Amino acid sequence: MSLRERLTSGGFAVTAEISPPRGADTGPIKATAALLRDWVDAVNITDNQGSNVRLASWAGSLAAMAAGLEPVMQMTCRDRNRIALQSDLLGASALGIRNVLVMTGDHPKFGDHPEAKPVFDLDSVQLLWTLRHMRDQGVVLSGRPLNPPPDCFLGAVENPFAPPAAFRAERLGKKVEAGAQFVQTQFVFDTDAFGRWMAQVRDLGLHERCYILAGVGAVRSRRALDFVRDKVPGVQVPDDVYRRLRGVPADQTAAEGARLAAETIQQLSAVDGVAGVHLLVAGNEQAVPGILDGAGVRVDRDGR
Amino acid sequence: MTARPPIPARPRLGARLAFRLQRTLRPRAGLRWLSARIEAYGPARALFTGAERQTKQDLFGCRMCGQCALPVTGYVCPMGCPKELRNGPCGGVGVDGSCEVYPALRCVWVEAYERAASQGRVADLRLLHRPIDHRRWGESSWLNYWQGRDEGLWVVATGDTGHEGPSTNSAHHQRRVLGGL
Repeated sequence: MSLRERLTSGGFAVTAEISPPRGADTGPIKATAALLRDWVDAVNITDNQGSNVRLASWAGSLAAMAAGLEPVMQMTCRDRNRIALQSDLLGASALGIRNVLVMTGDHPKFGDHPEAKPVFDLDSVQLLWTLRHMRDQGVVLSGRPLNPPPDCFLGAVENPFAPPAAFRAERLGKKVEAGAQFVQTQFVFDTDAFGRWMAQVRDLGLHERCYILAGVGAVRSRRALDFVRDKVPGVQVPDDVYRRLRGVPADQTAAEGARLAAETIQQLSAVDGVAGVHLLVAGNEQAVPGILDGAGVRVDRDGR
Repeated sequence: MTARPPIPARPRLGARLAFRLQRTLRPRAGLRWLSARIEAYGPARALFTGAERQTKQDLFGCRMCGQCALPVTGYVCPMGCPKELRNGPCGGVGVDGSCEVYPALRCVWVEAYERAASQGRVADLRLLHRPIDHRRWGESSWLNYWQGRDEGLWVVATGDTGHEGPSTNSAHHQRRVLGGL
């Protein structure tokens, strides 16, 4: 059962994330995909995450497919103009990559090439709109016909917690209007704030037009906790969560982080309009089975 | 794109006054006629464009993309966003509303939301902005606006914009330019 089928059939979807290696080898991706394939519906392959050079997302997506796991190819607007982005969608679709996750992308300032030219020729709304138009109208931005048009399941991201809070659901609305069929959110540590955002999403009826996958992260060390709190743009860690993870001995932070993630998944799955969870575990993929086991979520890969 | 990099700028013109000016200066016959005359005469056009550049740079940190979004962004320039986002804020806005790239500066979209909300114009922010035409940097957007060439810059979200192409603005603009020759 594909991610699209899981969601359209009303099932609870689980996705995770793999960060490709800095190197010309798909081996690590295949190994991680093999570990995850019995646990998740699909896995995001990040696109030069944090503006650091890594193996290309499309290549990582092919590696995940080869290992028997459906990929979600991430596509940012940071490094490619509208010509390259459209071309890459055609290439991905031709090679069997169906899920495409569109995001603006981190600014180059935060990565290993801060001197690079930031492209941002399109923004995430415009890119979603462009890809949808390619698929549904069968033309590129210039109006020239595609033969055949690509097939894709379009995803977006949203951060429910960043200011302006009152506009965040509306912003998702723009993405849905532009073509987003599913959305993965930023880390949810603050389930109350997430609940407030979901109420706005439901008021706008967006949960009926777009599948909402809540982002869940697993903190594996005190260092990671401080990094997520202080260095990841747009993530907020509430004080009670911070105290809970700091309150256990350092060697048990990972276990407590996994328990917290499992509890968060249980809470989120009960929220009206949440269609699944997205595990933000890049670099910590081996924690996935434990988290999902703890949450009692078992993806029935054979019940298709 | 231009020599000046995008840096968030706080507008120096109050939102209330800006929207009042918008009503006064909206495209109509007289201004269309005047802008066509200015455009037809090279030196007048250059002078006018220079004056626009100076004015909008001082008031809004304008970088002369030539496709002005100010009327529907609470008069905060989205081209000052380091990612030049025309459809709303990115996910990296700080808790205090700061820009992730320039933490000492305020996110232009946080500012835009507050200004639009203060004037009852939040609906403006729901418009879908098409990709810009990079050939138009340096052009006078006031002349373009009065001549009706900016009509395709954004579309209203209708519940299904699938039939609307994201890129017809440049085609629209091209048509008007060629039609005018």
